[in-house]
Amino acid sequence: MQQKPDTSIITVQHLSHAFGGKTVLKDINLSIGKGEFVTILGPSGCGKTTLMRLIGGFLKAMEGKITIAGKDMTNTPPHLRPVNTVFQRYALFPHLNVFGNIAFGLNLKKLTQEEIKKRVMHVLKIVTMTDYEERDVDTLSGGQQQRVAIARAIVNEPEVLLLDEPLAALDLKMRKDMQMEIKAMHKKLGISFVYVTHDQEEALTLSDRIVVMREGEIQQIGTPAQIYNEPENSFVADFIGESNILNGIMIKDRFVEFAGHQFECVDKGFGLHEPVDVVIRPEDIYIFEKLEAAQFTGKVTSSIFKGVHYEMMVTTPEGFEFMIQDYNSFDVGQTVGMLVKPFDIQVMKKERLCNTFEGTVIDKSHIRFLGNNFKCDEAQRYESGASVKVSVDFRNVILHDNEEDGMLSGSVSFILYKGDHYHLTVLTEGDEHIFADTNDIWDDGDRVGISISPDTIQVAND
Amino acid sequence: MRRILSSSYLGILLVMLYAPILIIIVFSFTEAKVLGNWTGFSLKLYTSLFEGGVHHSLTSALWNTLIIGLSAAVVSTLLGTMAAIGIFNLSSRQQKAVQLVNSIPILNPDIITAISLFLLFVSLGISQGYTTVILAHVTFCTPYVVLSVLPRLRRMNPSLYEAALDLGATPFLALRKVMLPELKPGMISGFILAFTLSIDDFVVTLFTIGNEGLETISTYIYADARKGGLTPELRPLSAIIFITVLVLLILINQRTAKKTNMKTI
Repeated sequence: MQQKPDTSIITVQHLSHAFGGKTVLKDINLSIGKGEFVTILGPSGCGKTTLMRLIGGFLKAMEGKITIAGKDMTNTPPHLRPVNTVFQRYALFPHLNVFGNIAFGLNLKKLTQEEIKKRVMHVLKIVTMTDYEERDVDTLSGGQQQRVAIARAIVNEPEVLLLDEPLAALDLKMRKDMQMEIKAMHKKLGISFVYVTHDQEEALTLSDRIVVMREGEIQQIGTPAQIYNEPENSFVADFIGESNILNGIMIKDRFVEFAGHQFECVDKGFGLHEPVDVVIRPEDIYIFEKLEAAQFTGKVTSSIFKGVHYEMMVTTPEGFEFMIQDYNSFDVGQTVGMLVKPFDIQVMKKERLCNTFEGTVIDKSHIRFLGNNFKCDEAQRYESGASVKVSVDFRNVILHDNEEDGMLSGSVSFILYKGDHYHLTVLTEGDEHIFADTNDIWDDGDRVGISISPDTIQVAND
Repeated sequence: MRRILSSSYLGILLVMLYAPILIIIVFSFTEAKVLGNWTGFSLKLYTSLFEGGVHHSLTSALWNTLIIGLSAAVVSTLLGTMAAIGIFNLSSRQQKAVQLVNSIPILNPDIITAISLFLLFVSLGISQGYTTVILAHVTFCTPYVVLSVLPRLRRMNPSLYEAALDLGATPFLALRKVMLPELKPGMISGFILAFTLSIDDFVVTLFTIGNEGLETISTYIYADARKGGLTPELRPLSAIIFITVLVLLILINQRTAKKTNMKTI
């Protein structure tokens, strides 16, 4: 989805940034089209706000280039950039009234009082706040402050409007209304919007394109439909909407095996018997009583009414759990048949099949990797001091409740439910990732000890 | 019973606190040279306070005090505000260190500050007078201004400054048009604090005022008392100062009460 250069208003090339040695953005490449509504979406700490602040000029880029409206603006201070920002907590000037706030930028441009008044009245109309110009900003409700903040930004007629989680402080009902208003405003103004949020539903509703970020890296860029229907990896699939994510094996083109059954699908181009991740949205699984028409069967373990549909958990005899959304309710304990259509199965390349580390052989029984000396049976086959590639299966990473019980300690940073087990991403003290498969239930942010048994460390020549 | 006890306790406390001032005010309306003698109601002390002649030095001491107080307050408010903004933008570890340094002049005994300033001015060869007194007052007032501006900065939405830049203000304009109005309440209370501290000060003033005949109220009263007996005109002067401060205080309180009322509507 690369935009042509002549139609893009912002281009970000190889942008990297770090705070106190900790990398928060890694080699970001992005281009935003004229008049486009782009949402930067990701969990907190993914670098989305940093990216926005770099575009706004509030941070100096450490590496890379930012081009705005055809000019290199990597080192341009914020007041000279043709962008305006709506801040997270609105940042209205408390000592000025509504009019004074909106006119702030215009006054600096030394426009005539008449012109200023005309333009302020015009934007107040756009944000439906006419007659509020004399009000003190702290007498306004959250939604009204939000409107004033938007008016204050768009009155300067920027090329790009940056919005940093503008609806985070509003309640649900208000947020829905404002979403519609922001979308309508975008249409009316015809300028580019760059919208930062952690709310996937908001991103799907508003955007022309979504940039999904995680730990300083872009995971996927695409239209809401692309992101939802064809997630590129299990993180995107898990973050956007509800999903069933399972390990699978590509038997051949258009044929995939998962949860102990083989299914027809539409994906091809994978290797023979290549392990893959399979995503099925809960609303894409057909559920019914007739078992003979089913591709696979299972027993309903829970059923919750969600307003429009029922959300049911179904466990198959093979031990896999599926989340299914359907208009019809099935009783808990009932055996049901299930069916998935080929185009509803999204097959994704696995990012990795096992943990791999760079290691050094210390002696006949020890290998050093991840900043630690590990006991390792296979080390005897290598010379001391040799650089080797170490690999450890996800299953063989052992997690301990007590940090002291492990050889390393870390915290759980991402949990993925794979139908019959959990796939955990653990961030070690040394800022490295270890991936582990486990049947135990952990929580995000849990501190864990990590150890690896000596006979499960596989070593190969570098 | 309990109510009577608690209110009478409060009453006694207030009388104890204000008795000295009340006595001065009452006896400012009589002519007697010695405090405590009531020789009938008269406004003569008030008129003679503002006449020239014998008490000319008292009025000039009053003017000196005001001029020194105002200049010291203005300078230390400017310095203190700039310092507070600087401190606020340091890393939290540096902030702690600088704040410790800032609090030393506050905790340091006056006499130490006075002697060290005196020695400093002498060793630098600065002739003592207005300049040295104002410099000395600025040194002990500035830390208080820093302390009254910093909390204001901490409460301020950090995005305000960035919002001003975002709307096209240069860093200097953002400071003047957004930061300063936000910090104004802290700066005003810092200014008032510095002004009262300067008027109130005796020890530091005595050591830095020199012997060219410059007098502030505190040094005047001190010299007067040592000559034997206080000039009776001090009584109306004290009364005037007290009433002025009282009126100012009531005005300030009413203004803030009005503001908070407006906010709650």
